[in-house]
Amino acid sequence: MPKTIMTVDDSASVRQMVAYTLRDVGFDVIEACDGVDALTKIDKAVFSLIITDLNMPRMDGITLIKELRANPKIKFTPILMLTTESQNESKLAGKNAGATGWIVKPFKPEQLVAVVKKVVG
Amino acid sequence: MNDSLQNAYIEETTELLSELEITLLAVEDAPTDTELIAKLFRALHTIKGSSAMFGFDDIAMFTHDIETAYDLIRNGKLLVTKQIIDLTLLARDEIANMLAKTGGKSRSNEGNTKKIIESFREIVSGYQTAEKPSDTNVSISKPISEKQPDTAWQLYYIRFVPSKDLFLTGTNPLMLIDELREMGDLAVSAFVDKIPAFENFNPESCYCYWDILIRTQVKIDTIRDVFIFVSDSSELTIENITKEIGNVSEIDFVKLQESISADSNFHTHSLRSLIKTYYSPSLAGVSEPLNDRNLLNERTPLNDRLHTAAKQNQQTAAEHAEADSQASIRVNAGKIDELVNLVGELVTIQAQLSENASRQEDQVMITIAEEVERITWALRDIGLNIRMLPIGTTFSKFKRLVRDLSRELGKEVELTTDGAETELDKTVLEKLSDPLVHIIRNCIDHGIEMPDVREKVGKDRVGKVHLTALQSGGNVLIQISDNGAGIDKQIIKEKAIQNGLVSESAELTDAEIYSLIFMSGFSTAKQVTNVSGRGVGMDVVKRAIEALRGVVEVESTLGKGTTITMKLPLTLAIIDGLLVKIGDDSYVLPLSSVEECIELSRADIQKAHGRHIVNVRGSIVPYISLRERFGITSERPDIEQVVIAAMNERSIGFVVDQVLGQHQTVLKSLGKYYKNVEGVSGATILGDGTVALILDIKKLIEREELEEKN
Repeated sequence: MPKTIMTVDDSASVRQMVAYTLRDVGFDVIEACDGVDALTKIDKAVFSLIITDLNMPRMDGITLIKELRANPKIKFTPILMLTTESQNESKLAGKNAGATGWIVKPFKPEQLVAVVKKVVG
Repeated sequence: MNDSLQNAYIEETTELLSELEITLLAVEDAPTDTELIAKLFRALHTIKGSSAMFGFDDIAMFTHDIETAYDLIRNGKLLVTKQIIDLTLLARDEIANMLAKTGGKSRSNEGNTKKIIESFREIVSGYQTAEKPSDTNVSISKPISEKQPDTAWQLYYIRFVPSKDLFLTGTNPLMLIDELREMGDLAVSAFVDKIPAFENFNPESCYCYWDILIRTQVKIDTIRDVFIFVSDSSELTIENITKEIGNVSEIDFVKLQESISADSNFHTHSLRSLIKTYYSPSLAGVSEPLNDRNLLNERTPLNDRLHTAAKQNQQTAAEHAEADSQASIRVNAGKIDELVNLVGELVTIQAQLSENASRQEDQVMITIAEEVERITWALRDIGLNIRMLPIGTTFSKFKRLVRDLSRELGKEVELTTDGAETELDKTVLEKLSDPLVHIIRNCIDHGIEMPDVREKVGKDRVGKVHLTALQSGGNVLIQISDNGAGIDKQIIKEKAIQNGLVSESAELTDAEIYSLIFMSGFSTAKQVTNVSGRGVGMDVVKRAIEALRGVVEVESTLGKGTTITMKLPLTLAIIDGLLVKIGDDSYVLPLSSVEECIELSRADIQKAHGRHIVNVRGSIVPYISLRERFGITSERPDIEQVVIAAMNERSIGFVVDQVLGQHQTVLKSLGKYYKNVEGVSGATILGDGTVALILDIKKLIEREELEEKN
């Protein structure tokens, strides 16, 4: 059974790109369009990784990370945040909230795969 | 990059651009609304991010400067001004151009973009804090474990002391070690001396730390990259100790690791000092003693436990993984068209089934046919419903139009809308946009007066244009009304006479006079402006609406304003028709135009002295004999039927042999060879498999009138 990854992004194109790339290398991917959506889908599977954008409507990525870390099921699950170079502060905030690491946008599919493999093996 | 992803990007960016526009206009009215500003920032941010991702670097770079300004605004360092909104609107258009023109791969108008960027830079220049030094660790621009071959093998000593909270960030330290293992030969020693007594032990904390020796050809930075996510919270030492050891190729890592695993001494001594002891140049080759120390060791079991736990975790993850159903999905419009088309075929086949079942009087078959019918209709409704979009998306576009246009003309105009939630078929909606633009332009240019003129006649300085959409039966009514000057019938008529469109003696009803403005080459504007007055526009509007099987009507009161009403079908894919027969052929008349059916006997024809008129409850209605029009030579029945249709407030009859009844049909186009055939708008396949032509009542009438004139 493949591992399941959740990708959270309000940009459908980025989300689809992430999903497409990860499915291509054999992961199962569940998509969510923002923090709120992600939380409603969190019980749909046991996730090996959650990849989240930071700037999103309704619930931003940092809040989502905090919420996820408070959930015993997700407490130790790797969480990667998607950041841009200009978001060093939010990167730090994300780390403090419990993010495992980050992926800098823009990224190429192979870079995404490399980082994902790094945290999920 | 796969095409559908690129399309998703283009679609999304287009949506974001229209959202950007709507939000900008809203911010103009409420410049301090933080929610709206956050929305603006987010839209720009997403456009920038995904553009860079999908290789639209120009758009990404262009958007970057604008985003910077909105970041400042978002943080309260800069106030929204009219200038910023104007510039952003221009920028929005420019991005749309870039996206549309060359697929965004090259600049649409370098001059424009440059100007916009410069203006933005000027705006932010005073506020921007010094560019933060970019973190060298930030950019993962190369794949993490990319090997950069160096000529010689190097030996690195790594001590990794993670923070106690390592597990709480979802990091598995063993994964980092595995990652290193791919880079070369590895020996690992785990230290467990910090693990507290059981009563103080917190299973969520990481007490272990590691010493690692790695013989590799990769650069030290690549090794550092392995720890990129944990480096700021962990103690990390990475040292190149090749020189201290000398000939590193002699180290037998398999044996070394075996010794470490078997030797309890190692977990109290630094791997560095030990390797030095055994492999320093003076003592090279003395690895044997390590193998002899097979003492009890508690590290390996711990390591195993961690591994096992991790494996179990992964297994349960896999077991529980299920495919997810998304709340909403994006589907290619073409696929939906195909679906609707297939449902259309199904409707036809189902009709055949029902017909055969009832003919054979087979009860079982009839029941099945009824079930199939029920499901088919439900399927058809759903299929059509998928294509429906709220008209509001189109409405919002006009806010910008009204804003720009009224400024350009020096008028003050307010646009209000109603019924934005009214749904219309996607195709209808798309084709409706241009006619609406024309009408609104005309409203503002011709209808709404200059502010001072309005004040003089006692009106509010600000003119009003109101857009309404509402569903009525199988149609959608769209109304555009303004409270401007209204249409002067006298001027219209004079102009029409001048242009030779009507004769001077013609007696025209109000409706007829208003319909003149839809004629080609008609314009009463005293001056040709950018906006209107070239006499193209309203005739284009009419043609576009008619192509959608709709009608457009004008009502106006001089001095009070004008209302233009468009009546459009909900969908183009299916029409409700009246099935008729002439000779052996079947035809369908659109039911929406049909008013009633009456009989026409030979005696009636004689009474009219051969003229094509019939008396309907006292009023005279002209008719067209379709049998004659289509040159059908079969024998004429004694009693024919007249289908009375209404067009432009007039009734006109169509004589057919037989009226078969109501028939809902799927419209099929006739293909390119027949597309210019006048009087036929399409065809449909009947239950028995024969083809029936769908008649275009309007065109038939026009054709008849034309022939009469000549």
